[in-house]
Amino acid sequence: MKIEDKKRVLREMVLHRRFEERCYQAYIERKIGGFLHLYPGQEACCNGVMEAARPGHDYVITGYRDHVHAIKCGADPKEVMAELYGKETGSSKGRGGSMHIFDTDKRFMGGYALVGGPFPLAAGIAKAIQLKGGDEIAICFLGDAANNQGVFHETLNMAALWKLPVLFVCENNLYGIGTSIERSTAVIHQHKRVAGYNIPADECDGQDIEVVYEHARKAVDHVRSGNGPYFLELMTYRYRGHSMSDSRGYRSREEEELWKQRDPIFILRDRLIKEGALTMEAFEALEKETDAYIENEVIKFSEESPEPRVEDREKYVFADRETQLPWLTGKAA
Amino acid sequence: MANIMYWEAIQRAHDEEMARDPLVICMGEDIGVAGGTYKATKGLYEKYGPHRVMDTPISEGGFTGLGIGASFLGVRPVIEIMSVNFAWLAMDQMFNSAAKVRYMSGGQLTAPCVFRSAGGAAHQLGAQHSARMEKVFMGIAGLRVVTPSNPRQAYGLLKSAIRSDDPVFINEHELMYNMKGEVPDGEYFHPLEGSEVTRSGTDVTLFGYNISVHWCLKAAEILDKQYGISAEVIDLYSLSPLDRAGIKRSVSKTHRAVIAEEDEAPVGVGSEVIAIINEECFFELDAAPVRVHSALVPQPYNHTLEKAAIPDHEDVVKAVLKLFGKA
Repeated sequence: MKIEDKKRVLREMVLHRRFEERCYQAYIERKIGGFLHLYPGQEACCNGVMEAARPGHDYVITGYRDHVHAIKCGADPKEVMAELYGKETGSSKGRGGSMHIFDTDKRFMGGYALVGGPFPLAAGIAKAIQLKGGDEIAICFLGDAANNQGVFHETLNMAALWKLPVLFVCENNLYGIGTSIERSTAVIHQHKRVAGYNIPADECDGQDIEVVYEHARKAVDHVRSGNGPYFLELMTYRYRGHSMSDSRGYRSREEEELWKQRDPIFILRDRLIKEGALTMEAFEALEKETDAYIENEVIKFSEESPEPRVEDREKYVFADRETQLPWLTGKAA
Repeated sequence: MANIMYWEAIQRAHDEEMARDPLVICMGEDIGVAGGTYKATKGLYEKYGPHRVMDTPISEGGFTGLGIGASFLGVRPVIEIMSVNFAWLAMDQMFNSAAKVRYMSGGQLTAPCVFRSAGGAAHQLGAQHSARMEKVFMGIAGLRVVTPSNPRQAYGLLKSAIRSDDPVFINEHELMYNMKGEVPDGEYFHPLEGSEVTRSGTDVTLFGYNISVHWCLKAAEILDKQYGISAEVIDLYSLSPLDRAGIKRSVSKTHRAVIAEEDEAPVGVGSEVIAIINEECFFELDAAPVRVHSALVPQPYNHTLEKAAIPDHEDVVKAVLKLFGKA
């Protein structure tokens, strides 16, 4: 990666980290309800892949750990936070919540809360791209545990059969909720499971963004060139629990410490310092500046935004009635 | 007016819509090269090719989700689920993805897809190929449910369902594909909402949908000729939303109601219609409404047992006579 790109991505990753940490705080303060799944530790995965792809052009879909993917695609952090606050100005107008961030203008096709659910949706988006003849690709980010769902296998089969332009990114963080991969899955290395579908698959370190980027470039090129699907497994770790109700009793503090020494932000920071492109002071200033932005703009916007109106509670169940009248009443043609 | 079969009506709707819009596609098991289990997609593979008439693997959850994902980008897939019994495998995608995506995205995404499936007890297909499952679909917010009782509706409902931006589940019946009926020669869009007065009457309303409309019509004939009872028959082709106004209008006129369904009774169309009657026009009733329904058993294989588990027009007649104190 070019130095300038690395510096920009570091800024983004710091924003992603601080955004998520601020969500944690807001959740404790009960400003955010429901379930909250945070991304710290895995930032190099989303950022590395999307640096190799075209954010806002390629279609991205993911599970419920979705805030950072949305922001990386171009969603406004203010709207994402306002969504967590359940406000009308939120990306899904307060109807979705943390697990259902959408920004279709930025081609972020949503966060979905059924584990594995996005697999066939991603393949369907790829099918639509194929029918329409565009150069976009569909990128599906999911965790390792999703691969134990039946639709994973059903989707790989169809994606390979019909050569669909879809990249499956498996963020293997070693845990499915509170069960370790050793205890839930017969095969630790997920890319091996894909071999049976004749789909090229690769695995790499998910903590070093430059490693992710290099592998993702190959993956994206493969898919965009019309060669069909590709599966990329990134070995990573989430520093926080599965969601906020998780006290992490299923793993050791030693293991967590080991992974914290491979913090994706520090890996990139230290490299830039070593390359003479950054100083520790500048990094600390960046963190402060990011926190100030989150506080003064993101949180302020979310706090001050209005709640949805109760009389609008049935809005968005169906398409706008006026436009649908010919089909509802049979008055067409 | 052409007198054509139910399957031909469905095939014609597919063909017209696919000819009009290159983003209308159809997908399902054996629908292409094999021509479709019920011939509803006959000839389309040859005409539109494998990219638009997709023979899918036997992966209901997978291909249903794939169709829904394609619909996010404006493709209009008509997804055939060979038997409604297999729809259980696809319901996660139908309910959690298609029906909810518009709401949970604050109106940004919509899933304009059509699910077609054959339900109903046919001939000795056993417990896992005979289910009637309309009750499962009609309780889901964000999903429209319609069920054609004749070729005209089969044609017009599919046409409207494809054009609508909402996801629509079309409940067909295994025994009705060869039924003949009149279908307009020109394009016809059947409303996705409402109900039809199939036969006008004054003494009792018989509510039916899909196959049970035909039991009701036959029962009305017998009631009229043999007992001098004038029965009105209402065809509830839209199961979600149900036509509250239509139900109220008819019961307020006849003051008696019988609801006939091939499904088992609990949490079904009958329970819902009775709830609506209670809410809309309870004091118009001269007698407690009655449900005619199947036995609460997994469908038996044995022919005699199967027949005994499923109601027919005679059960509707009996229910009406009981309502009038004549049985």
